[in-house]
Amino acid sequence: MEQIAQQFFNLDIMKASFPMLMEGLKITFLLVLVVVPLGLMGGLVAAIASGAKSRWIRWPAYAFVDFFRSMPPLVLLIAVYAGLPFAGIRLDPFAAVALAFLLNNSAYYGEVYRAGIEAVSPGQTEAARSTGLSAPQTMAYVVLPQAVRNVLPDLVSNTVEVVKLTSLASVVSLSEMVYQADMARSVTYNASPIVLAAGVYLVLLWPVVRLISRHGRKIAS
Amino acid sequence: MTLPILELAGLRKSFGELEILTGIDLKVTKGELAFVIGPSGSGKSTMLRCCNLLERPTSGAVMLEGRNIAASGVRLDPVRRRIGMVFQSFNLYPHLDALGNVSLALRKSLKLPRAEAAERAAAALERVGLAERARHHPAQLSGGQQQRVAIARAMALEPAVMLFDEPTSALDPELVGEVLAVMRELREAGMTMVVVSHEMRFAREAADRVIFMDQGAIVEQGTAEEIFGAPKSSRLQAFLARQAA
Ligand SMILES: Nc1ncnc2c1ncn2[C@@H]1O[C@H](COP(=O)(O)OP(=O)(O)O)[C@@H](O)[C@H]1O
Ligand SMILES: [Mg+2]
Repeated sequence: MEQIAQQFFNLDIMKASFPMLMEGLKITFLLVLVVVPLGLMGGLVAAIASGAKSRWIRWPAYAFVDFFRSMPPLVLLIAVYAGLPFAGIRLDPFAAVALAFLLNNSAYYGEVYRAGIEAVSPGQTEAARSTGLSAPQTMAYVVLPQAVRNVLPDLVSNTVEVVKLTSLASVVSLSEMVYQADMARSVTYNASPIVLAAGVYLVLLWPVVRLISRHGRKIAS
Repeated sequence: MTLPILELAGLRKSFGELEILTGIDLKVTKGELAFVIGPSGSGKSTMLRCCNLLERPTSGAVMLEGRNIAASGVRLDPVRRRIGMVFQSFNLYPHLDALGNVSLALRKSLKLPRAEAAERAAAALERVGLAERARHHPAQLSGGQQQRVAIARAMALEPAVMLFDEPTSALDPELVGEVLAVMRELREAGMTMVVVSHEMRFAREAADRVIFMDQGAIVEQGTAEEIFGAPKSSRLQAFLARQAA
């Protein structure tokens, strides 16, 4: 019992490794700040393209979404970071993470947007076009505002996934929080820094998870 | 002979193998209210939707103020501003209030400055008797009020012609009157209108011409007295008998 507490919940070690973890958390935040907007934008492009009239736009969009949804993000990240140099493209770790996440997130966010767009009644588009709004204007001012509202909980939920997945960046030696925690573990021979990192994720994400959980929404309404 | 505002000439429309409109010829002159009746599935909505190219005709011409807008290469957005459309299910934008619904196209399509668009939208809402509801969202309005906002949305663009596709069919009976009253006022103000509806009383009182469609074709047309008082074709007679029953 005592040993377990020493190994996992050593407060002295946690205290000592805390500044290091916070340095890592800054990088995690920076990653989220870059990767989430990129994914939201890429997803929008993917969703609009997969709803296009022309099959020459639609089919590549389907292929893109299917491919990157099938690809494990870790494999994708390693391929971008360690594979692209063989093609003469060398990216620094941050850029590699940003690119891999852009590809992966665009596919996932794209599916979420698409469900939201499909739930908007075609009558909305017809009404808008009948007043002389162009197709892009109709998308921007009529369809998307409703689509985003339709799937807001799913967008948030996907964003929680993305935040968690940023820990993959540790694989390419980007010193985000999990990387820092693991460094602290290896110098202290103690798992407490990892537990602390888990605690930080929990504190940050649990309120969001609670907010969008079906159960929580039922209580709220 | 005045030039028709809207003219359909040899209009055909097929969905796949199925020919839904089998050659429609129709002229609507300025200030006229053309009232279209016919059984469900006879192609009335499809005909209206061809008028503003929501549906592209398979062949034939749609002439708006003397120009064939169904020809290839015609920019449709400016053309559609000249043709107002009112739908059975209102199709108001639920995320915008009444003023937002009416002013959206004024701002984004007509490119009026925000203040001017708001002013014009408010005037349109005033005309349909909903000035005080400008800040209400569709969900906070009755069906009749929603349809009046939809009419204001179409009207605010000052179209050359307005199309109504069963504007009162989705309404509770007690809300039909307020929508018909707005349409009556529009007509008195000289608006050119094509109205698909089952409101025969309104047709008798307001229609310049009643057009009977069946199986994708115009079977018979004439004044309300002619169509309702002395129907010639057996199909119209049967249709009117079913309506009365
Ligand atoms: N987009 C479409 N695709 C296939 N068939 C359609 C489509 N729109 C309408 N139709 C068919 O065309 C026929 C006429 O429909 P419609 O114009 O809505 O008739 P009405 O308005 O007179 O009831 C119906 O049989 C309908 O099923
Ligand atoms: Mg119809």
